[in-house]
Amino acid sequence: MAELLRVNDLVTQFKTESGLVKAVDGVSYYIDEQEIIGLVGESGCGKSVSQLSIMQLISAPGEIAGGEVIFEGQNLLKYEANGPQMRSVRGAKIAMIFQEPMTSLNPVLTISQQLTEMLQLHMKMNDDTARKRAIELMSMVGIPGAENRIDDYPHHFSGGMRQRVMIAMGLSCNPKILIADEPTTALDVTTQAQLLELMKDMVQRFRTSLIIVTHNLGVVARYAQRIYIMYAGRIVESGTTKDIFANPHHPYTIGLLKCIPRLDEEEGTKLVPIQGLPPNLINMPSTCAFLPRCSYRLEKCAREPWPPLTPVNGNHYISCYANTKEKSK
Amino acid sequence: MTTYIIRRLIIALIILIIVSLIVFFAIRLLPGDPLIIFLGQQATQGGISQAELEHLRELYGLNDPIMVQYGNWFWGILHGDLGTSLYYHEDVGVLMGDRFPLTLHLGALAFIINIVVGVLMGVAAAIRRGTWIDSVTTTLANIGVCIPVFWLAILMIYLFGLKLSWLPIAGYTSPFKDFWLNTQQIVMPVFCMAITMMATTARLSRSSMLEVTRQDYIRTAWSKGLRERNIIMRHALKNGLIPVITLLGIGLGMVFAGSVFVETIFAIPGVGRLLVTSIFAQDYVVIQSGTLVIATIIILSNLLVDISYGWLDPRIRYG
Amino acid sequence: MTEKDITAEEFQEAPPRVNEWRRFLRVFLQRKIVIFGLIVLFLLVFSAIFANLLAPYDPFRGILADSLEAPSGKYLLGTDIQGRDTLSRLIFGTRTALMVGFVTVGIAGVVGVTLGLIAGYFGGIPSMIIMRIMDALMGFPMLILAMLFAAVLGGGIQNVVIALSIATVPGYARVMNGLTMSIKENDYIMAEQAMGSSNSRVMLRHVLPNAVPPMIVLVTLQLGGIIMAEAALSFLGIGIKPPGAAWGAMVNDGYRYLSSNPTLSFAPGIAIMLVVFAFNMVGDGLRDALDPRLRGIL
Repeated sequence: MAELLRVNDLVTQFKTESGLVKAVDGVSYYIDEQEIIGLVGESGCGKSVSQLSIMQLISAPGEIAGGEVIFEGQNLLKYEANGPQMRSVRGAKIAMIFQEPMTSLNPVLTISQQLTEMLQLHMKMNDDTARKRAIELMSMVGIPGAENRIDDYPHHFSGGMRQRVMIAMGLSCNPKILIADEPTTALDVTTQAQLLELMKDMVQRFRTSLIIVTHNLGVVARYAQRIYIMYAGRIVESGTTKDIFANPHHPYTIGLLKCIPRLDEEEGTKLVPIQGLPPNLINMPSTCAFLPRCSYRLEKCAREPWPPLTPVNGNHYISCYANTKEKSK
Repeated sequence: MTTYIIRRLIIALIILIIVSLIVFFAIRLLPGDPLIIFLGQQATQGGISQAELEHLRELYGLNDPIMVQYGNWFWGILHGDLGTSLYYHEDVGVLMGDRFPLTLHLGALAFIINIVVGVLMGVAAAIRRGTWIDSVTTTLANIGVCIPVFWLAILMIYLFGLKLSWLPIAGYTSPFKDFWLNTQQIVMPVFCMAITMMATTARLSRSSMLEVTRQDYIRTAWSKGLRERNIIMRHALKNGLIPVITLLGIGLGMVFAGSVFVETIFAIPGVGRLLVTSIFAQDYVVIQSGTLVIATIIILSNLLVDISYGWLDPRIRYG
Repeated sequence: MTEKDITAEEFQEAPPRVNEWRRFLRVFLQRKIVIFGLIVLFLLVFSAIFANLLAPYDPFRGILADSLEAPSGKYLLGTDIQGRDTLSRLIFGTRTALMVGFVTVGIAGVVGVTLGLIAGYFGGIPSMIIMRIMDALMGFPMLILAMLFAAVLGGGIQNVVIALSIATVPGYARVMNGLTMSIKENDYIMAEQAMGSSNSRVMLRHVLPNAVPPMIVLVTLQLGGIIMAEAALSFLGIGIKPPGAAWGAMVNDGYRYLSSNPTLSFAPGIAIMLVVFAFNMVGDGLRDALDPRLRGIL
């Protein structure tokens, strides 16, 4: 499958009163057609900001300070932030759904209005066609009685239902890429599972690529083909899902996996949390950000700048100096 | 929606009754013989005999228990009997009826200018936050809130009336008799009233719009590729103007408050001026009834505001 | 290759400790306009306290021979019909303004906070009664309400204060009611009640202190309005009358002589504006420093 989107060395920073926060500090990744990738990391690691940057949805005091986003042969970052070219990409070519279904829909507009406006804008449909298509979409995402509910307001729907509406909105104009920013974090476990299955079905149906941004490794384990692990604004490990789960190399990934209870573990095995606290992103030092929490650290790690992404085998890259496979800790 | 309206209506009625109680009893809390107060200057001059006083006491119902007096008074109000002015010796209803159109004329114009300019300024400042538009608007609004309306009136009279002689400084002739003169006469009073209201409106619209533009659903709208004008008009405004509707309720109050000064200074015989002269004349009948009428109007308009909240914000209809 | 173990402690970067007081001051003093407001307020209080020393002439008794002088070297802002120096009257006017302002806020504060606290804490019938009465009072524009009560009670500074207090109480009660209701939802309140603390203890020691910051902001923001209302009342002739030095009354006095001595009306008006502006700016600054989230509400 051809490559669809490539992000090179994206840097997004925020000027705060305490200092400069490099929320995204040189992030590179790519996604192919009809692929599902996962972007995993803890809160504050920059994963959401990186996706908002692609769509140029960053506003003051944040700014995109460097890098390129190559999509359909063009660098999206070269477009004026809210200009006509960027706007023709948003929603129509790259769509996004957000974390908070309760607040991401406009409370004073009906679902019909919020769905049809995209169809009318990007697909140039007239009122009737747009409405019919909107009802179709709502049925597709599993909202019963769509024809009657389409004129309801967001507060008539539960969180899970609203998220389904967001999915319908996201896919309504057949985008090439759908970015799902922590789509299920705010929902209960059962709904989470349903929604993820739905998303997988829909993107397969629409032949859309999907970027799932989450802090939950379990979510990407099942659905993503490749995973990027982020820490403190950078990618520290990347590879196919199988590879990463079977053969994690970066100390952070190893730590993450040790935190997750597994069905196939021996009884009595302890969960090992990662020691230390998440880093303060203000005025970060140039050395590896994971250093304070790392049990594999070398003397080298304190001297050298943040290690570049190097391949360990095939498509599996890590950003680490230590050889974690030699030690068994 | 209907239950919402009915509930609001009942609350408004309760409030009206409380207001009438306050108005009625406030005056009777005054020290001294209420009859003397009611008769004003005449009685205290000693021109009336004891017997006549007793007769009048009966006539005014002042020997009845206080609740009966209240009841009678309230009953009278409901039938449109607002009492007879002690100072003007006319039916209060007629007095107010004569003056209302004038105050309404000035107030309505001031109100419209206030809403149009105020909201525009506030919204413009919000969507162009941080630019010169924002700074200028905010500064003007902040200063505007501090300008005493009576002082502004005097300033305008000095400038446009005395120094430049552009506009007449007092009086009100009916627009039906002389439209041009009337227009000249009302320019300054209307602007005085409008400017102080505008400042508050601009501040509120600005802060409200700013709140709205920070919301998640606005971010969603941007991510859908909509253009800014569309996002402001369709998505932001409807949410952002909800608090501004409150201003419609407050605005009416500000109109009455402003009219008190503006009408006094520009010698316009409206409701505000009536209230002031009555206060100085100790004409308690007018004060009582006039206050009740003004309060009723304000409460009814607040009711309308509440109802329009329900219409604008679908979440409230079921709350 | 041997690795020297580096302890985590050496590289632990703790988040920077934020001193609450410093942060407050920094945000509060951030905008120049707030500092301007503070300076004006300082001058205001200074003038009020040291009016005797600052005023060049007696503000209450003038020299008739010097009546209606234009601003000059002798009388910086001119004199009124009785020959009283405008500048001195302005300076003494600060006393009136501040006194009325603070006493009103004091009375209205105590009454309003108490009412709002009771209504918000107990809910039910007390709340309904109290809040409905407050709603009824709020139905009136503050100025008209104050005017009516001042008229009914008679003029004079005492009655003005009472009238203004009555007009201000509903606003405080309402905000306090809302604050109490939301503070009450907090778990620590329920914990206190579960421990058996009496209602008054919970209200006074837990709810009230948490409501203090927003109430301070509200009070500061309203002080300007109260001073303006007092000026309006004395302009109308209800309230403080000459020879008392009140800015509103001065504007009224000066109106008669507008063509010959405009300063008589303009100067006190500018004083009113400055003071109200200062209180508003400082109030804004306080609110931003205490909790910017209040920006929508207060």
